[in-house]
Amino acid sequence: MGDVLTVAWKEWRELLQVGGSVRGGRFSLVILLAVFGVFLPLQAGAEWVESPATVFYWGWVPLMLVGSAVADSFAGERERHTLETLLASRLADRAILLGKIGAAISYGWGLVLLMLALSLVTVNVTARTGPLLLFPWAFAIGAPLLALLGAGLAATAGVLVSLRAPTVRQAAQTLNVGVLLLVFVPVLGMQVLPDAWQAQAGAWAMSVGVQGLVWLAAAFLAALDLSCLAAAFARFRRARLVLD
Amino acid sequence: MSAPVIIRTEGLTRAFGSVRAVDGLDLEVPAGTVFGFLGPNGAGKTTTIRLLLGLLEPTGGRATVLGCDTRAEAGRIREQSGALLEHHGLYERLSAEQNLEFYARVWRMSRAARAERIRALLQPLGLWERRGEPVGRWSRGMKQKLAVARALLHKPSLLFLDEPTASLDPVAAATLRDELSTLVQREGVTVFLTTHNLAEAERLCGRVAVIKQGRLLAVGHPDELKARSATRAEISGRGFTDATLALLRGRPGVVRADLQNGRIVLELAEPAETAPLVAAIVQHGGLVEEVRKDKGSLEDVFLTLMEEES
Repeated sequence: MGDVLTVAWKEWRELLQVGGSVRGGRFSLVILLAVFGVFLPLQAGAEWVESPATVFYWGWVPLMLVGSAVADSFAGERERHTLETLLASRLADRAILLGKIGAAISYGWGLVLLMLALSLVTVNVTARTGPLLLFPWAFAIGAPLLALLGAGLAATAGVLVSLRAPTVRQAAQTLNVGVLLLVFVPVLGMQVLPDAWQAQAGAWAMSVGVQGLVWLAAAFLAALDLSCLAAAFARFRRARLVLD
Repeated sequence: MSAPVIIRTEGLTRAFGSVRAVDGLDLEVPAGTVFGFLGPNGAGKTTTIRLLLGLLEPTGGRATVLGCDTRAEAGRIREQSGALLEHHGLYERLSAEQNLEFYARVWRMSRAARAERIRALLQPLGLWERRGEPVGRWSRGMKQKLAVARALLHKPSLLFLDEPTASLDPVAAATLRDELSTLVQREGVTVFLTTHNLAEAERLCGRVAVIKQGRLLAVGHPDELKARSATRAEISGRGFTDATLALLRGRPGVVRADLQNGRIVLELAEPAETAPLVAAIVQHGGLVEEVRKDKGSLEDVFLTLMEEES
């Protein structure tokens, strides 16, 4: 566990130092927090906490946040010629892999939790007319859960892609395409279904309820997370990485 | 009593398709030495280091490093070794101190030990005052020095250095060589150094091996290898002609005689005596101002070995 934390420590340091400056790294974090924690809740007003269906949105946000960071994990080390030195250290395969995945998940999930907290403050300051505005409990549990699993998916899939990609740019492009497919295929797929099927699906969703849908989405994401993690472990071979 | 062997390879082979990057390498590296592994580009030096660190699996033969088999106990080898590989491997967005801090944590050093060791390594290298700067802003020489410090951080028993001065200008290379030599002596570590800089090898190494196309051509103390080469003599003066050269070439003990920049350069077989040759030149009308005689350098030996192998 100590080795996993050590690798994650290094990943975090690099994430926070964009272009060799801590200030630059922190500035990009502030921008993200301002958009998702202030600007969007300001526009939505009280609906930000009253519409439980937006819970699914928080499963998608970390895909975007983590994707850009995790593309760098192995492809970046390869591109900057630091990978072989890391592989020549005493660190075990598992520690390197889990450290990078852990850092990416904590980055994406941590940001989402901050965004949720900040957005709650924003809507309470700007849109509260009566009692304190709070997320419904299904949302309060579902959003962090889906965000965690979404971050996990982005991190494991991202590491898997980054292990194979020769450059960071290529890894980022592949991940962006993956995220777009994951978001738009279900949306577009629903639209091409016959009206009767769409109505049936809607009725089914209503009968399951938001809470049930959250659990289903969580189970689906967890299965994807584990599959990608297993694939990343299978792909991680020192000899192959050295020769890549 | 001879020093224990720290690296032993027996018929070590690594092929990539039909190309054998390392071909039946038999090698013994005694503890406490700086072992030079010399060869031209593409000779298999880097592949050998990767095999010894267990980063690549051999396709034939075997190797033990620090008593561990490279196939079965690569983790234990890496635990006790330090490495400065082909690239310095520093995180350029991080500061020098953060780079060392990370690897000190990798080697599970305590907080107090980390702080003490980082200072002890950076101060003599003249990097302590700039430890907070991102490494990306540093010169190549400073980065190489930092990478050496990183490799020595956990006081390894064995240090692999893959052409540490290859990308440096002559001044930076000389500085790094001096500091490397001092550090290695102070730390008492065994060093496996690959290089194609023969002066560097001659200066630093107690034992050298020469390889080409993955095959071992020679191994021994630099002086032993130099002893294999012919004695060279350079005669400066005036009035040297093709006839003078023809005369010298006919003399016993003269292996080769050439005119280079107005000087006669001779390659002599043992016992190499120059006095009769000088007398012959003078009798033939030449004027001799200076005679310099020495054994060939390691570079001469290396070039001869390369020619023979070709």
